[in-house]
Amino acid sequence: MTGSRSTLSIYGEKAIELLIRLCGVSAIIFVFAIFFFVFREGAPILASKDFSLGKFLTSTEWYPTSMSNVRFGTLALLAGTLSVTGVAMLIAVPFGLGAAIFVSEFCTGKVREILKIVIELLAAIPSIVWGFIGLTVMNPIIQNLFHVPVGLNVLNAAILLALMSIPVMVSIGEDALKAVPDSYREGALALGATRWQIIWRVLLPAAKNGLLAAVLLGVGRAVGETMAVLMATGHAVQIPHSIFDSCRTLTATIAAELGETREHSPHYQVLFLIGILLFTITFIVNLIADFVVKGVRKK
Amino acid sequence: MKRTSTFALATLAATLLFLTGCDKKGSADGGKKGGEIALQNIGSDTMVNLAQAWAEAYHDVKKGVSVEVVGGGSGVGIAALINGTCDIANSSRSLEKEEEEKAAAKYEGKHPKEHVVGFDALAIYVHPSNPITEISIEQLSEIYKEGGKINKWSELGVTVPGGDDIVRASRQSNSGTYHYFREAVVGKKNDFKQGSRDMNGSKEVVDLVATTPTAIGFSGIGYKTDKVKVVKVSKKTGEAGVAPSIKTTLDKTYPIARPMFMYVSPNAKPEAEEYIQWILTAPGQKIVIETGYVPLPEFAPKEEK
Repeated sequence: MTGSRSTLSIYGEKAIELLIRLCGVSAIIFVFAIFFFVFREGAPILASKDFSLGKFLTSTEWYPTSMSNVRFGTLALLAGTLSVTGVAMLIAVPFGLGAAIFVSEFCTGKVREILKIVIELLAAIPSIVWGFIGLTVMNPIIQNLFHVPVGLNVLNAAILLALMSIPVMVSIGEDALKAVPDSYREGALALGATRWQIIWRVLLPAAKNGLLAAVLLGVGRAVGETMAVLMATGHAVQIPHSIFDSCRTLTATIAAELGETREHSPHYQVLFLIGILLFTITFIVNLIADFVVKGVRKK
Repeated sequence: MKRTSTFALATLAATLLFLTGCDKKGSADGGKKGGEIALQNIGSDTMVNLAQAWAEAYHDVKKGVSVEVVGGGSGVGIAALINGTCDIANSSRSLEKEEEEKAAAKYEGKHPKEHVVGFDALAIYVHPSNPITEISIEQLSEIYKEGGKINKWSELGVTVPGGDDIVRASRQSNSGTYHYFREAVVGKKNDFKQGSRDMNGSKEVVDLVATTPTAIGFSGIGYKTDKVKVVKVSKKTGEAGVAPSIKTTLDKTYPIARPMFMYVSPNAKPEAEEYIQWILTAPGQKIVIETGYVPLPEFAPKEEK
């Protein structure tokens, strides 16, 4: 039978294979191209005399346009990013994983389909719209509820980010729970376990790697978010001491300031360096997520 | 799922890079669309409402010319002027020497043409429930500058319902208002105190002050609403404060007023200069008054003069 294939179909097959291979590799090319671009723009500042990497990472003084004493310290911005992401995860993890458990274990038929569609719809809302919600809806609610002077703060942005990262968590968390073989559930049920015991003692430990990956991807989403946090954090350079303090994030700083900088000025290069910093953070988070997912596959 | 999201992110980022790249290189000379000549007018957020109003009115005055107004901040407008992506840049501050040289270098020694098209009084806004009526430049400076001593309303002698800490609303650093405020109030050699809420537009500052009883903010007088209070300003503590108005701006008794500029690119279409000349006549200046700004002296309303 093999001898009967024409040379044309063999070459056609090869061509298609090559095409698909190219599609696969293109993602890698994109990632490296982006990394190259960002690094090329940002790296020259590292060699500059007036710039100290130590100060960049440890100083809270961010005065990029000062007339007398330009200072590029990103610690306050980093603290802003980490605190907003941290609080967002405190909100998103219980809700996201809870929803994943509900969708995977308790829902059937129509309810489940509707829920999945609605949750995915949540992911389709553009981040600028979230920003508007933070600015006009959440701001007065937070002011009135907690009696704080300004509603644009860590809490506001964290709630928005939580809502934005929940869809990612739900869909990946649900996949992880689905991957647990039914024999586990049946075995537990046969031993007389209640539903709660099945979830808490059997499913969660069995799916923990997948669930962790879901959380980490949610973190990656939250760290990289720009527009919503730009509008909802209050955009104040300071290390927040409570969830009601305003702060500013790394991403928002780039978004707000890149438009005015002259190309290849120190300020411009430092903003790209912040890009590299962000890239490193999300890269590490994604890498951890990847390793964790690999752990799942081995099991 | 993981793969697709990484890929989507990568594509998105690449597209963004591509778009921003285009933005810088796109030129101002391709502005003919559908037989209409389009003028690119980019810059000051303070002036964006005014520029929009002018553009709309001018559409009826001169058929076949449309003016496309984009805000973003004076810095954005000036950057566009230097990069050659606009015909007219709006700015609420004058060009710095360095920027002037950059522009001249770009256009083979030709300088952008500067026009003063009106004035803007920078108003100091507080919440209506705040009892304060007057503030001095010295006090403002202590509130806003790095190392400044005033952080609480009680230090200004007032009790504000809702708290004692002053919530400072400021602007992002590409704003002309930010630069002007630094020059006129904070001191050119000084920096802003950290922790101010750096809002992205004039209107956002006013909105923040309107919803926050303990806030103070600065923005063009054109952005005044019923939900905020404008405070009188004096040069020194103890002197009588002056309320911003057309009269006090033009006779220079109001201490923080500034001219508004429009810069015409040396490469701009001739229609750009024509447009500015129209702005400098009575119909154009009437719009300045209508949008809440201060016109050139010869067009000021009689009873106020």
